[in-house]
Amino acid sequence: MRSRTVWLIALVAVLAVAIGVVNRRWAPVHKVGAGSGGESKLAPDFSLTDLDGRKLNLADYKGKVVLLDFWATWCGPCRTEIPHFVEMQNKYGTNGFQVIGISMDDDAKPVREFYQQYKLNYPVAVGDDKLAERYGGVLGLPVNFIIDRDGRIYARHLGATDVSVFDQEVQDLLAKH
Amino acid sequence: MNSSYRNQFFIAIYFAALVLLPAANAQAPVLFDGTGPVVFDFQAAGSADSIPRSQLITPEDLAKSLTAATTPKPLLLGVGPRSLYAQAHIPGSEYMGAGSSDGGRKQLLHRVKALPHNTAIVLYCGCCPWDHCPNVQPAYDELRVLGFSNVKVLFIANNFGTDWVDKGYPVAKGE
Repeated sequence: MRSRTVWLIALVAVLAVAIGVVNRRWAPVHKVGAGSGGESKLAPDFSLTDLDGRKLNLADYKGKVVLLDFWATWCGPCRTEIPHFVEMQNKYGTNGFQVIGISMDDDAKPVREFYQQYKLNYPVAVGDDKLAERYGGVLGLPVNFIIDRDGRIYARHLGATDVSVFDQEVQDLLAKH
Repeated sequence: MNSSYRNQFFIAIYFAALVLLPAANAQAPVLFDGTGPVVFDFQAAGSADSIPRSQLITPEDLAKSLTAATTPKPLLLGVGPRSLYAQAHIPGSEYMGAGSSDGGRKQLLHRVKALPHNTAIVLYCGCCPWDHCPNVQPAYDELRVLGFSNVKVLFIANNFGTDWVDKGYPVAKGE
């Protein structure tokens, strides 16, 4: 009995730590449209200039599954997600997937330095509060939107999100034609 | 606990550590872009965890004090990103600039330089989860170094949207 008690205590300790780890990694997911019972909205179009000086229009990506990432160079959880987005772009880019980064930094200089240092393989532009408001408000970072091939918002993720969640959603949408 | 049970206990903890520590100490991701490895070795931008708990104020308490007619109002200073402040901020607060930036801290110091050191000040950000916020601690430290003794920081656990706006507390827009 006492031996069982010892193992039980150890198991509870492990579970408590595991729950703590999990709670720090998972963030609220708001699924719109499919699976949520609501009608998914069209993602607001925008026309920006990316860090390479090219026009970045969301409308140009209709027909693709888009991961729209509102982030900033000073945001720790945002930076943690970025290597995974680079990997996803490599993995799914030829299947009709596109990551787009919208930086909420106050100016482009640190964004450009970050972009060049870490060789991001997707377009990044600097956004502003007007664009953020059109997407329902970006009142904390990161905020990520998964947009389907029809340009509709499939999911919104506020806060750090486990990459497997993004991966699954993107795979689900890429499988639909 | 006799030695046999103690040994079993520590064996259990050892196996737990074998499972959990690798996840906690994961190496920085390394990707290959065709020209060579790109190591994402950046550290987390900052943390507000070292601000003493006694200097924190919850959103609920601050909201109550702001709406109470008789309570003297503190000087509210926003030290987060401009885009966040422009979308939503606490009415009556002044925007200083990001506490993590030299410009933001300079503006903060300029604002407070003529104030008595016992002025009630509340700093807030709300950009990120509390333990990742890069802005409130540098701003708080600046004021403490100057000798301001009545500085509190709004404790925002998740972000300004979740912990202030969605709770229905007063909000203003614009810069």
